[in-house]
Amino acid sequence: MANVSISVDGTRYSDDVPPRTLLVHYLRDQLGKVGTVVGCDTGNCGACTVLMTDPDGVARSVKSCSVLAVQADGRQVTTVEGLGGDHPVQRAFHEQHALQCGFCTPGMVMAAVDLLSEVEDPTDTQIREGLEGNLCRCTGYVNIARAVKSAAAEMRSAASVPEQAAPAETAPAESGVAA
Amino acid sequence: MTTAEVGRARLRKEDSRLLRGRTKWTDNITVPGLLHLAILRSPHAHAKISRVDVSAALDRPNVVAAFSGADVAETQGVLACAWPVTEDIVLPTYTPLAVTEVRHVGEPVAVVVARDRASAVDALEAIEVDYETLPVVLDLEGALAEGADLVHADKGTNKCYTWVFDSAVAGSGSDVAAAAGEAEVTIQRRYIQQRLIPSFMEPRSVIVEPGGPNGETTVYSATQIPHVMRFLLAATTGTPEHKIRVIAPDVGGGFGGKLAVTPEEWIAFAAAHRVGRPVKFTETRSESMVSAHHGRDLIQDLTLYARRDGTVTGLDVKLIANMGAYLGIVTPGVPLLGAFMYNGIYKFPAYRFECTGVFTNTTKTDAYRGAGRPEATYAIERIMDELAAEVGLDPMEVRRRNWISHEEFPFTTVAGLEYDSGNYEAATDKAMSLLGYDELRAEQEQRRSAGDKVQLGIGISTYTEMCGLAPSRILGALRYGAGGWESASVRVLPTGKVEVVTGSSPHGQGHETAWSQIVADQLGVPFEDVEVLHGDTRTAVKGMDTYGSRSLSVGGVALAMACQKVRDKAAKVAAHMLEASPDDIEFSDGAFRVRGTPDVTKSIADVALAVFAAHDLPDGIEPTLDSEATFDPTTFSFPHGTHLCAVEVDTETGETAIRRYACVDDVGTVINPLIVEGQVHGGVAQGIAQALYEEARYDADGNLLTASFADYTIPSAADLPDIHSDRTETPATSNPLGVKGVGEAGTIAATPAVVNAIVDALRPFGVNDVPMPCTPERVWRAIQAAAPTQAAAPTDTAAPAEAAAPAEAVAPTEAAGPAVPGSPHGVTGEGEVEQ
Repeated sequence: MANVSISVDGTRYSDDVPPRTLLVHYLRDQLGKVGTVVGCDTGNCGACTVLMTDPDGVARSVKSCSVLAVQADGRQVTTVEGLGGDHPVQRAFHEQHALQCGFCTPGMVMAAVDLLSEVEDPTDTQIREGLEGNLCRCTGYVNIARAVKSAAAEMRSAASVPEQAAPAETAPAESGVAA
Repeated sequence: MTTAEVGRARLRKEDSRLLRGRTKWTDNITVPGLLHLAILRSPHAHAKISRVDVSAALDRPNVVAAFSGADVAETQGVLACAWPVTEDIVLPTYTPLAVTEVRHVGEPVAVVVARDRASAVDALEAIEVDYETLPVVLDLEGALAEGADLVHADKGTNKCYTWVFDSAVAGSGSDVAAAAGEAEVTIQRRYIQQRLIPSFMEPRSVIVEPGGPNGETTVYSATQIPHVMRFLLAATTGTPEHKIRVIAPDVGGGFGGKLAVTPEEWIAFAAAHRVGRPVKFTETRSESMVSAHHGRDLIQDLTLYARRDGTVTGLDVKLIANMGAYLGIVTPGVPLLGAFMYNGIYKFPAYRFECTGVFTNTTKTDAYRGAGRPEATYAIERIMDELAAEVGLDPMEVRRRNWISHEEFPFTTVAGLEYDSGNYEAATDKAMSLLGYDELRAEQEQRRSAGDKVQLGIGISTYTEMCGLAPSRILGALRYGAGGWESASVRVLPTGKVEVVTGSSPHGQGHETAWSQIVADQLGVPFEDVEVLHGDTRTAVKGMDTYGSRSLSVGGVALAMACQKVRDKAAKVAAHMLEASPDDIEFSDGAFRVRGTPDVTKSIADVALAVFAAHDLPDGIEPTLDSEATFDPTTFSFPHGTHLCAVEVDTETGETAIRRYACVDDVGTVINPLIVEGQVHGGVAQGIAQALYEEARYDADGNLLTASFADYTIPSAADLPDIHSDRTETPATSNPLGVKGVGEAGTIAATPAVVNAIVDALRPFGVNDVPMPCTPERVWRAIQAAAPTQAAAPTDTAAPAEAAAPAEAVAPTEAAGPAVPGSPHGVTGEGEVEQ
């Protein structure tokens, strides 16, 4: 057993885990963070994508099936459950009908959040290539690309109005993506 | 209140929980005392099991039980095939765990039940199995040859069935043999529908929880068919039906892949009852790929007879369909769903169809999005292009000369189906303008005359499909084991809120949203006030579930009928409340009113409260508005459309890039255009995937080579184009909502549009076919093989320098010529196609 201390969606957890435990299984089985899902066993589908801080404290997307829980020791992890429900990417996915069965959605949303943290105003090609590591079988990606574009525009316009704070990742959970 | 909900692009009610990660996938569910199950699978495609010893596994930590097929031979039940298509069909026994013999790689052999999943998986390695390997049958035509090795030795043959439709016999057309004698043009083609893997994103998962308060067993499963599953569990395990409750919670995609009752569900059922505790099994992706059913896998031999002016006079179709090792729930019937569709949208006078099902040592095939109809549409739309080339007409012109014109509906086809409505001209004209057909043809001409190394092709697919499965009488005539009706019930609560129960079981389609829209209009209640319940046999007691684009055109109609009954009941109470005769009451703009006195109204909510109190109801009125309806369609519905694809083909490297994809679908009346567009996008993506990327391949020993998402290349965002979609609306006349169904349309239409475009680009090179998936290597080989001297643009005969790496590595070592189906070829890598 190895002891890990990981902050997930703003809560610090300290646990003993078998060293072989994957981060995704730690999230799902030990923390009950079942919003993050497993879609394959080869790191191809990206359904398990979360954000994890690197040694410099910068949050970047990782496939949590390809990270051991012990590698996340001391890091901060953000899952789709930590976005709060009203993140511009979540809103845009809803408004652009960018999900159908929704199984790839948590990973796709996190990958999009990561992409937009790097590229403020991505082209269609940048969006499509930026999400290449996340597979969706339902949407044909058309509306996903539209949603990311629209979220990018919203985030830019929010950022340009200083007094209107950009939606925080810890926004109130019940602020509603419902129609 | 007066805004019509039907036709409105409502954002989905489903999204909130999915976007927040609060979804009830089966694997997210836990129940008290839950144990975990892992399955040992056969590494051999065909072998006798001479010994299974699980004792060492039982000594492993945390292991509660371990057993083999022999241990549960009497109790595990069997997996049923619900569609024995002919009287003399060969039906092999299909047990969940193999008992004496394995017939495909990945077949379950033994199981471990443990405290946690890791312990269960770890203990599998301690199980000892002795196998005696047997000859492996893989080749479809070889399997039918005299003296072939057998998949099921006791059956004496690898032939499962032969099913024939002949328009001369059925009386729906004339004799193809006569057409053959008089034909001015005869075109023969062989097309291969490669094997595909449905690849729903959520791996299948099941929890079986025995010992409920009344001794009942609850089964949670990631399935499309909870009702069918409950019936079959009862029928095959001896457990009384009322002691089984099946719940399909949130289900992450299906595409036909979860239209199945699976060995894993039955094994979990047996395991839970053996240990007397709940067990969960969630498959890995690799397990899913080797053991869940696949789709397509046909050899199609077509002969088209025509006159020189392009008029088709007859069509003969012969199929050899790969069943795999066993028969799934509708395995033998899948090609038959295509049998009525090879004539497409055309007025062929003579038609004959023959399909032979064959057993091989592979995972079974069964429904995959479109099921039979994509195969049919591909074949006819490909060969119509060949006819156009042969008689020297634009491929669209050949179609126009043969299709049913809009004045001719209803039209009974040579396959005996009555198409109720359609307007192929309107959809086609719109699609051509959406694509920029004429401009692209001009550019194609330019590139051809300039000898551009990148050639342009335009592919056409004018399709129809039969959906809304299905009229029960027709299913009975086709020897299907169940009916095709759907059920709905409506409960009006005292406060006017409405609960709707549907027997249709969604897995991403958006029923909760679309059903709410229908009810809102039918009852005059707000969209937000409707709750849609489904997927639990305790709540949704009756149902036939979701597949075959049936939910709306069968289940939606049942819902509208149930709403009509609610209105009829409510009208009598409203009349009493308004002190008028029921005959003078009308329901308009969402409320009851007395004809001629429009200002005084009673809403459904007003009536619901009055009914709840029941203090002052008219004599003989039962104090409830709740209603139920079951709709059994009398015919199919027939969506149609025109899909057009422009593809750039690099003639030096074989690389293809979709330049523009445009489609116009006519799915009848649209409930929610947002959902319809989404279905088209996703369907088209899967159709393009068949054309360019996907193929399940086995090696000579029957090992699946494409057993992960690293090897089975479902396309990513970077591999697919933007899709320009639009609609025409010709309401169906066969149901009161005018709806037709859209779930499978894109997949049915897209594949031939893409391949026709590639062949169109290469026709001047003498190419008339490229086998699917049209990888750069296959395209390049087709160019080389067709007319080496004409392939002027490439400057050398070596493998193209810019070809995608995997193809390049293989290309020079193989003989030139189009890759034969089943032969090794380069693996398609993701991201090969530039957008």
